[in-house]
Amino acid sequence: MLHGYEDQLWIGLKMTIGVASLSLLVGLVLGMLGATAKLSSNIFARKLADTYTTFVRGIPELILLLILFYGGTILAQKLFSALGSEEYVEIDAFTAGVLTLGFVFGAYATEVFRGAILSIHKGQIEAAQAIGMNRLQVFRRIMLPQVWRFALPGIGNLWLVLLKDTALISVIGLDELMRKTYVAAGSTQDPFTFFAFAAVIYLTLTAISMAVLQTAEKRLTRGVKQI
Amino acid sequence: MLQETYELVRDSLPALVAGAATTLELVVIALIFGFVLAVPLALMRTSKNPIFMGFAYGYIFYFRGTPLLVQIYLTYYGLGQFEAVRESFLWPIFREAYWCAIIAFSLNTAAYTAEIFRGAIQAVPHGEIEAARAVGMSRVLQYRRIILPSAFRLALPAYSNEVILMLKGSALASTITILDLTGAARVIVSRTFAPYEIFITAAVFYLLITFVITRGFIWAERRLNPQLRRPA
Repeated sequence: MLHGYEDQLWIGLKMTIGVASLSLLVGLVLGMLGATAKLSSNIFARKLADTYTTFVRGIPELILLLILFYGGTILAQKLFSALGSEEYVEIDAFTAGVLTLGFVFGAYATEVFRGAILSIHKGQIEAAQAIGMNRLQVFRRIMLPQVWRFALPGIGNLWLVLLKDTALISVIGLDELMRKTYVAAGSTQDPFTFFAFAAVIYLTLTAISMAVLQTAEKRLTRGVKQI
Repeated sequence: MLQETYELVRDSLPALVAGAATTLELVVIALIFGFVLAVPLALMRTSKNPIFMGFAYGYIFYFRGTPLLVQIYLTYYGLGQFEAVRESFLWPIFREAYWCAIIAFSLNTAAYTAEIFRGAIQAVPHGEIEAARAVGMSRVLQYRRIILPSAFRLALPAYSNEVILMLKGSALASTITILDLTGAARVIVSRTFAPYEIFITAAVFYLLITFVITRGFIWAERRLNPQLRRPA
């Protein structure tokens, strides 16, 4: 049915999962930093985080990807020649993809984490301070365990979006699932089968993710009264 | 250097504006079709009939679970593979990248919008429905006068997000040769090789459109929810 392209598609699938996982890591870090900045008392940090989320959420992912992929190479080139290096540097599709998707994920995650941090009861933090915990301890022992719980549904949704957005990187030629599918569809003249197959794979990834998220949510809320 | 950039951006503006017009056209048409499809889908999704409910569930799961890019390629490249499609009276539509994009976008946004409406329908206060029943309204009348108007109002903030997501998603039209805002920018970049200047200008266009949409929805929300306005 797949004209012997199974291996190629398998390689593509692994690349898709790899890119998505790495972007998730970058995005989570950026999201945490963003939320901290948005809630900080430093006005500069707040403005910076506001600008970040406003810009990233208002610009198509594809445009950001193209800016980073084509523009990034030129910028890196200029930077290196300014430093007196003759080396040829290039932002490859993989790096551009991970950075873009991580960047986008981080912007949305900033809002999710901010909401999660705000939903922690003030009394708990006051109690922690009253028994003499310092700020780091309050963060690690009181806030972090609960932030994960509050943020999980939102982060889960973002992960599902991220998984699908990896298909965009095929536009700049990264050999992930979508690109492999596109090539196979073109050379076999059987596009419907291949694109439908890719759709099924993405649906499967979504279904698996949803099942895992549900289990995780149950586990994280096992100590919470369910209404 | 600055002079060069200025001239480059200035010379590319007409093409970018034309692209932005195409983008707006695609988005508006897709949103209208999507909205028309979303209302019955949302009603089916909340229906007790397992066939209706199952169909709506499957539809929404498929369109929300696969990348928009796959949906576009399936419509544009996939359907043309079948003799039956090529020979049918619909071929003049499926042959055009423009209509394929509109079909894919409409079906896609319908799924997301249906899910938003479903949430809103279920969030309509129960008392309102009871009151409607108490004065003797039929099912249809309840939906027409009470449930749907209330649900649309409740759905507005989430729907504004969907409109912005559709705007951003429309950039994918450029992958099937459409000269929307992104497509126009890509053509200019391939000619001038000035990715920065051109893509950032396009990004500014998108930001402006997003800004107008956000403002528009804030205005609509205030108009539709007079009880939330601060007393004068």
